[in-house]
Amino acid sequence: MEDLTFHHRVRARARGVRTSAVVGVVASGNLEVLAERIEPETECVLEIRTAAVGFGEVWGAVIADFVERYSPGGLRLSINDGGARPDTVSLRLAQAVRSMEGEE
Amino acid sequence: MMNWQHGREARQARVEAASSFADGKIVAARDATRLMETVIRPGDRVCLEGDNQKQADVLSAALLAVDPKKVNDLHMVQSGVVLPEHLDLFERGVAKRLDFAYSGPQSARIATMLFGGKIELGAVHTYLELFARYFIDLTPNVALIAAVSADREGNLYTGPNTEDTPTVVEATAFKDGIVIAQVNEIVEKVPRVDIPADRVQFVVTAGKPFFVEPLFTRDPGSITEGQILTAMLAIKGIYAPYGVRRLNHGIGFNTAAIELLLPTFGEKLGLKGKVASHFALNPHPALIPAIESGWVSQVHCFGSEVGMEDYVRARPDVFFTGSDGSLRSNRALCQVAGLYACDMFIGSTLQIDLQGNSSTVTTSRVAGFGGAPNMGADTRGRRHPSEPWLQAGREADPEAQPLLRRGRKLVVQIGETFGSNNEPLFVEKLDALALAEKLKLDLAPVMIYGDDVTHIVTEEGIANLLLCRDASEREQAIRGVAGYTKVGRGRDPKMVQRLRERRVIQRPEDLGIDPLHADRNMLAARSIKDLVHWSGGIYSPPSRFRNW
Amino acid sequence: MNAMRLQMTGSTGPDRKVSWYEASARTRTRLLLDAGSFLEFLGPELREVSPHLELFDLPEQFDDGIVVGQGRIDGAPVFVAAQEGRFMGGAFGEVHGAKLTGLLRAARDLKSIPVLILFDTGGVRLQEANAGELAIAEIMRAVIEARTAGAAVVGLIGGRSGCYGGGGLTAACCSALAVSEQGRIAVSGPEVIETNRGVEEFDSHDHALVWRTMGGKHRRLLGASELFVDDTVQDFRAAAIELLRSAGQFGIDTLHAEQSRLEDRLRRFGACHDAYDVWAAAGVQEPRSIPALPADEFIALADALGKVRRDAR
Repeated sequence: MEDLTFHHRVRARARGVRTSAVVGVVASGNLEVLAERIEPETECVLEIRTAAVGFGEVWGAVIADFVERYSPGGLRLSINDGGARPDTVSLRLAQAVRSMEGEE
Repeated sequence: MMNWQHGREARQARVEAASSFADGKIVAARDATRLMETVIRPGDRVCLEGDNQKQADVLSAALLAVDPKKVNDLHMVQSGVVLPEHLDLFERGVAKRLDFAYSGPQSARIATMLFGGKIELGAVHTYLELFARYFIDLTPNVALIAAVSADREGNLYTGPNTEDTPTVVEATAFKDGIVIAQVNEIVEKVPRVDIPADRVQFVVTAGKPFFVEPLFTRDPGSITEGQILTAMLAIKGIYAPYGVRRLNHGIGFNTAAIELLLPTFGEKLGLKGKVASHFALNPHPALIPAIESGWVSQVHCFGSEVGMEDYVRARPDVFFTGSDGSLRSNRALCQVAGLYACDMFIGSTLQIDLQGNSSTVTTSRVAGFGGAPNMGADTRGRRHPSEPWLQAGREADPEAQPLLRRGRKLVVQIGETFGSNNEPLFVEKLDALALAEKLKLDLAPVMIYGDDVTHIVTEEGIANLLLCRDASEREQAIRGVAGYTKVGRGRDPKMVQRLRERRVIQRPEDLGIDPLHADRNMLAARSIKDLVHWSGGIYSPPSRFRNW
Repeated sequence: MNAMRLQMTGSTGPDRKVSWYEASARTRTRLLLDAGSFLEFLGPELREVSPHLELFDLPEQFDDGIVVGQGRIDGAPVFVAAQEGRFMGGAFGEVHGAKLTGLLRAARDLKSIPVLILFDTGGVRLQEANAGELAIAEIMRAVIEARTAGAAVVGLIGGRSGCYGGGGLTAACCSALAVSEQGRIAVSGPEVIETNRGVEEFDSHDHALVWRTMGGKHRRLLGASELFVDDTVQDFRAAAIELLRSAGQFGIDTLHAEQSRLEDRLRRFGACHDAYDVWAAAGVQEPRSIPALPADEFIALADALGKVRRDAR
């Protein structure tokens, strides 16, 4: 298992009032994302525990794009990853933000 | 005086030599090896059927059991190297040289034997190329074929899995060759005559049906959201704008998803009757909902598919069937149909490089080509126009004189950026090159060449290579849909943005598609059982696909 | 055109026509209960993860693969536990098991709130074997205590992992069960039987055989499950409401009745070699047609043969 942490400054807070949400399931090729609205509004923190070791660079690229696109200010996103592909990670991150913004 | 009858005389002699233990044309299974030893000579060119699906397994075993002192150094010419026996022949010295097209299950062992010098390789072909050479320079002396049944005269019924047989027999029988068929049973009258008796010298009563595997069944339960997203992109971004009615789907989960999205997503887009109506395709179970929903006018099949026989029988308005009601397939003609009568090929692959060349080869497996290179190639001999073909031609060469501007076949590669085992689809250098170096081949085994590919579809979007003006744009267009693979991360972001503005690259949102809506609920059928229900209970899936 | 439904969501209320089999534990819970009524206990934000998986270099899940909490179904309060079959095969571990035990003890103590267990489990996690087995024992005791106190415990089975091992044992202790075709209920799994007894005894690759022996339709016909339902959340919800409404008192008489039911069953079917024989003996005219029968026709056929005794279990 590998632990990774990313801090990003963002331009705006994630919309909505939900305080927490969880999407996904931990399984081979899948991951769960727990979103909590506990960070300062201009920051986003991602904590990842992953079964696939050595892909820090890819995580960094995926997360950078995600943060740029969704501006999830105020959110801490905690991830348990079972070795999902980058596009699945992007999808779950987007689903987590959507959940927090109040869209199912 | 020149003797121009060598072949004919030789055939006559061989046939007569076997007459002592044949009852007319009929030979018992226990005499099959003896038959082989009698009619096959060392160095003969032998086609051991060896199709994509059906295998003349009893004849394979019989050939394997010959005395290598009597029968040896054979030159095997066959479509498929599928059974272990096909390669055991080389281990035993019965066979020496090989020309083939596809090796699926034996791809690892065949690679090992090639590296080890146990097989002398003629060449790896596509199906149609090999069939073509059966008539020019690889004509079989002996064909060992698989049929369902025969009558006492030797008329054969090959049934739904007719596949390569008519082509193999045509080449062999009319060039003084010997045709030996294995059949499950001898009957009074065959349901229909697929192979006339005067082309058949011997019939071996195997007493059981020939080996055949389900290769074209994809369980809807395994289709992922990523595959559904790529399918939505393909339907909305390619099928719809080009108006693709006539097409071939390479087998895979991405195309299975497309088939299952036609009655739902396709219907919502108002595309019924406008796209996907005429197919060169095996009877895919995943196509059942589209057929039942009225999307499909006609399908011609390369072969059959285990479990689909009764469904095909019940839908003769869609499929090609004989007077007996069962499917009539024909690989050679269906390959031609895919080449010249289809406007699009869409399929998946294992690796794509920066020019768009693709390959399914790895350094430890030699799987061959099958039919994909024929399906997935621009056919420059084509002359009749169609809208999709002309549209693609316009995109490829906007400056050309319209009256001299040929159209282009749409050749689409579809897949997620990371495949199974999280292997990247996009690479800088194909493994096929390393294999070619290792085996000292003249050409790397490329399945589809970059200059034939017109579109690449991944979960990141669609790259339209027709609109690329040079190699550098082509490279960036490919990188621009290569996601987070190393190739994708190496993109020039500014250039990719410009390509997007010109719609050379289209992202899901450019097509009005939200990736979060790519949901399994969109599939018209989500399980094999759903497919059975769609078929009104007529589709009968093999045991391995059941979960009820 | 046949009557196959084409699934396109986008209605005004929650879409309960979704497949139970395909849905996650959270989705099942959310759609099973009255809209917005679910309150989760020990939710993922509390991060009560397995203390053992790290040792094996395996990923954890924040809820350890089971969602527990309280909600309402058709207006009435109910406790819910839903196993996530895709996380470690829904298997019981220390925390997973403790969450269910705690829920059942709450039901025992409150007496008035029944429990719905959404089983989706292969049994006990090998990596947490001792804790898992202990949990099963605690859970089975807690089920009986809750029932004795007057809180019914109803099981719903229809997920990817089936209901095996300790899950199967626990299910058999429940007040009543509803099962779909995809559901399987047993203790030993097909591969385990084949490994231990040989392929002639049980071919685990013969899916038709597996489903005949352990699957939802067989369990219904054998009387091991009260209700058989189609694979939708809507149908499981209706079944849950019915089973909760009709759950009876539990006591020593119930156990005597259950013993007698099982003895009778053994007498009727003990000599049968295959489920087809069981079904024929149960009065099914064409046993071989059962597997392909659509859900509504199967339910009608099973009900015509007889419903499961309400006084037993």
